[in-house]
Amino acid sequence: MPASPAVSPVIRVQLYARFADLLGASHVDVPASGPTTVADVLARIRSLPGGSAIGAGALVAVNLRQARPEQPVSPGDEVALLPPLAGG
Amino acid sequence: MSFLSAEALDVNGLLAEVSAPGRGGIAVFIGLVRDHQAGRRVERLGYSAYAPMAELVSAEIVAEAERRWPVRVGLRHRLGDLGIGEAAVAVAVAGAHRDEAFAACRYVIEEVKRRVPIWKRERYADGTEEWVDPTRQEIARSEERDQEVASSEKRGQEVASSEKREGSAVW
Repeated sequence: MPASPAVSPVIRVQLYARFADLLGASHVDVPASGPTTVADVLARIRSLPGGSAIGAGALVAVNLRQARPEQPVSPGDEVALLPPLAGG
Repeated sequence: MSFLSAEALDVNGLLAEVSAPGRGGIAVFIGLVRDHQAGRRVERLGYSAYAPMAELVSAEIVAEAERRWPVRVGLRHRLGDLGIGEAAVAVAVAGAHRDEAFAACRYVIEEVKRRVPIWKRERYADGTEEWVDPTRQEIARSEERDQEVASSEKRGQEVASSEKREGSAVW
């Protein structure tokens, strides 16, 4: 059996546009020691410095698909936190 | 093929891409950078994207339109720093007849604005900059709709709120 990894599992969340500015980073790592949902990830990021300004219009994408709050997320998923879209 | 472009959009190239002998009409929508927004004078717009998702969703929108109407769709969105009058998005839809070309063109641009993860940052004449947040305008429109619904009969109320739920949940 391979040894357990020494580091705790994390979910890497990419930040885009205004949210990257608010948190001053292009990504944040959210601890994921147990079952984690999209809502958990969002709550954790909102608790970070600058994160309280992330409003109700925020979208979370998991593996390039918009995800609902109750959707489970695992380390290794591609997770992105997206401000309201403004293309065109 | 890439829907996102760091270079100026080639509209003539897009027309050539969708043209064919059996297609008698092309409907085109080109979105340009405007010099004002909510009463403020805009000097430039910076477009950025979550590129892998933007490419995936754009391809899906094109495929949806081509399934729903007998048309060929060309779509490009510009990224980077754009000046006033520059093309930010271009949609060209070719069909045998104009009805399907106009309908599919309208569908594609509306879905692009609703679903493709792209953002713009406005730079104003006074030197300040701000991210554009369409949900602020959407909230105002939504409140107006709620007021209209409140004065209508109950049946209409149910239909309107059901449409609104779908609109916010689906990409």
